[in-house]
Amino acid sequence: MTYHLPEFRHPDLPTNELGYTKKQYEGAISTLCAGCGHDSISAGIIQACFELSIEPHKVAKISGIGCSSKTPTYFLGNSHGFNSVHGRMPSVATGANLANRELTYIGVSGDGDSASIGMGQFAHVVRRNLNMLYLVENNGCYGLTKGQDSATADVGSMSKKGAANPFQPVDLCTLAIDLGATFVARSFSGDKDQLVPLIKAAISHSGFAFIDVISPCVTFNNTAASTKSYEFVREHIEATGKTDFIPVRQEITADYDPGFTQEVTLHDGSVIHLYKNDEDLDVRNRLSALQAIHKYKDKGEILTGLLYLDPDCEDLHEIIGSVEKPLRDLDEKALCPGNQALGAINDSLR
Amino acid sequence: MKPTDIKNPEYFHQVVDCQYACPAHTPVPEYIRLIAQQRYTDAYMINWESNVFPGVLGRTCDRPCEPACRRGRVEEEPVAICRLKRVAADFKDDITSRLPDIPKEKNGRKIALVGAGPASLTVARDLAPLGYELDVYDEQPIAGGFMRSQIPSFRLPATVLDEEVGYILDMGLTTHFNHYVDSLKGLLDQDYDAIFVGSGAPRGRDLPDLPGRQEGDASIHIGIDWLSNVAFEHIEKIGKRVIVLGGGNTAMDCCRTARRVGGNDVKVIVRSPFDSMKASTWEKEDAVHEGIPIVDNHVPLEFVVEDGKLVGMRFEKVSAVFDEKGKRSLIPTGEEPVLFPCDEVLVAIGQENSFPWIEKDIGIEFDNWGMPVLNAKTFQSSCAKVFFGGDSAFGPENIITAVAHGHQAAVSIDLFCDGKQVNQRLPPGTNLLSTKMGIHEWSYDNDVTTDVRKIVPLVELTSALQNRTMEVELGFDVQTAFDEAERCLNCDVQTVFTDDKCIECDACVDICPMDCINFIENNDEPELRQSLRVKAVNADQDLYVSGNLETGRVMVKDEDVCLHCGLCAERCPTAAWDMQQFFYQVTKAAPLCIK
Repeated sequence: MTYHLPEFRHPDLPTNELGYTKKQYEGAISTLCAGCGHDSISAGIIQACFELSIEPHKVAKISGIGCSSKTPTYFLGNSHGFNSVHGRMPSVATGANLANRELTYIGVSGDGDSASIGMGQFAHVVRRNLNMLYLVENNGCYGLTKGQDSATADVGSMSKKGAANPFQPVDLCTLAIDLGATFVARSFSGDKDQLVPLIKAAISHSGFAFIDVISPCVTFNNTAASTKSYEFVREHIEATGKTDFIPVRQEITADYDPGFTQEVTLHDGSVIHLYKNDEDLDVRNRLSALQAIHKYKDKGEILTGLLYLDPDCEDLHEIIGSVEKPLRDLDEKALCPGNQALGAINDSLR
Repeated sequence: MKPTDIKNPEYFHQVVDCQYACPAHTPVPEYIRLIAQQRYTDAYMINWESNVFPGVLGRTCDRPCEPACRRGRVEEEPVAICRLKRVAADFKDDITSRLPDIPKEKNGRKIALVGAGPASLTVARDLAPLGYELDVYDEQPIAGGFMRSQIPSFRLPATVLDEEVGYILDMGLTTHFNHYVDSLKGLLDQDYDAIFVGSGAPRGRDLPDLPGRQEGDASIHIGIDWLSNVAFEHIEKIGKRVIVLGGGNTAMDCCRTARRVGGNDVKVIVRSPFDSMKASTWEKEDAVHEGIPIVDNHVPLEFVVEDGKLVGMRFEKVSAVFDEKGKRSLIPTGEEPVLFPCDEVLVAIGQENSFPWIEKDIGIEFDNWGMPVLNAKTFQSSCAKVFFGGDSAFGPENIITAVAHGHQAAVSIDLFCDGKQVNQRLPPGTNLLSTKMGIHEWSYDNDVTTDVRKIVPLVELTSALQNRTMEVELGFDVQTAFDEAERCLNCDVQTVFTDDKCIECDACVDICPMDCINFIENNDEPELRQSLRVKAVNADQDLYVSGNLETGRVMVKDEDVCLHCGLCAERCPTAAWDMQQFFYQVTKAAPLCIK
């Protein structure tokens, strides 16, 4: 009996610009239930960070409580991590980011952690446009406490217990768009072809990037009458289009109808190409995004892919004009400018 | 691609690389597991059933299994399969109670076996339990064939050979030793129902036209004849300075033997570059370890004889040049010929078949190279009641190949004697059984160790060189054997995929440490191989393709470097993956040889 990940990897594994293989981005072996969608998302994050050639020690993973919030243990084992208090991941992420803006922040949360206990924190971190990837692993139930319906469960959806959920769901994507998020996407753990480019784009986005990933709970919420089961999602999924993430500007060779192509250049010069399925959608326009989400929802379908993006936004540091250097790099003189500086501030307020 | 037909026994058989590469298809992972469990006798019997001479082969096998071993593709070195086989032989208990019963009442059929080497003895072993009356003929006073005459006792002690040959001779064979069969017609005229020819490849190649060959004859010996003379103690000494010509395993045996019977300046001189010598790597290493230089790229020019006595050999230096097609030619470098002084020369440059005792007019057809025309599957010659096997069938090979031939020839002989079609043979026996015992629990040890290959300890060199019969390799002790056995990846425990259970959650894809598993659009094999997570470049290894899944995609698994760690099955929520132990057994004449 064993439950160890063998040390060996495929001898022909590709390496990235840093000379690393995917192995350098892995974490401990997962202790989640077999078949949990969260594990696929972890694999997606590993793949995205590998492809972006991010130095693992320049990433901080922050999470709250729940099955989803356990997952940072299972990816990026060479990165910084903070498994915080239930629903309080945004505060810890905000603090960390203000202290050192040079790291890549990946916040992992769940539907309970974000749409219930952490709703208040979620709303405010969106408003402030903190530069981070905020990823919700959304399974519509509380898997860690035997699968009670969560705040994102759809009306009528039935988990393993067999009782239909009577309450209206929270749609974290529309909420985020309304609250001023500057990157909003939805995806599905069972579709890495879509998820990985979205994670890469979200990490490259300078500002608050939110991805709501539907992630079936195989143990409690993968039933025939659940709207968050593998089968239901696969049958009802619609994509805004195919997203290509291109790190450096390069010529696009794919042959798509121009009316259906939207190209967005991010702050760092990377480019997102969206090959849209719907001509009406404009991912630069909040109203268009909200309309699209509701339009598909009314049809009983789940709209996934990139929904909204504002690449020219100011993030929290720019808004409040905070110091550019990480606090740990500031010397004593900069951190404690002395009485004279305090006096000057006081005078300016008189 | 079409979905893989896992019901075809050959599919999973090919995944068990070692077993597939073995001419006798010994179930290697199964006996290695038994060794790890310290069930040495069981491990031995699995071997004995399949390859008849586990103790002999555990020391001398050419080990086609080891280059094939998946471990060699995952890290650098394969599992020491051969030396683990020896462990089973070394530590087993008395096995006589587990040998098959030999019917006292015979079945009325009588078979002649020409030669008492591995091929004939295998035929005898397979047919004796069925009640056949078996007459074995050999020109030597004792059985064993080239296992005895050509493999020096410092590699294969006579006790080991005697024991395993003895198990077969004790099955009630009638032996005719010191009996050279000089006429096949003579045998055919007797009342034998069938005749098996396992007479080996008894003629060593010579260099008859090289200047000085005749004059130096007294000091020039054919390698295999000389080894045989040493083995049967007709020769006990050799001159101090010895040149061994040739780059095969016989050359290695010659030089190491010469080193033990008086040669203290022994060198091997070979035409080809060191790396392309025919000898097994480990046999070259053993020779070098015993202080024997191997001089490569030297082509013999002449034997130098002075006053009627051999004093040396002259060689031309060459270098290997390859043309566009990769064909090698040895081009002289133009340097002065080199003289190597010596007292005696052993010529070990290959051996060939020779059938002077088979009359040309008795219906046995020979090809242009003097080899009998045989059916490659049944080993039947153009004379229906005469079968060939071992080196006498298709030229010099090795023990394990001779054993494999013997099994097939025995099946043919049994069918022939029953009046059945010899080419209508039963398929191999197979079994596929789940090993699942719990969520993270399997009936095999699925943990993959990172241990590197264990080295077999040797006796101290000086004493080894003083005694021709002292076995050089000491074999693994129990702990080392366990550690080495744990390196086996259990390739016979198959990853079996059930299409209609899969919910395409990707859990197997995410956990697989070797990135073997893919869920993608189906395509033709070449395109599919290019579009996997890691390209499947090893065309010798199959792709395992499922039927269409719910999303229209298929599961494609590249078998190449799968560790058989079982994590795909552990992470599968619906048991679409299962780890199932595959057992493959070559059909023998007697359906069950072991109790």
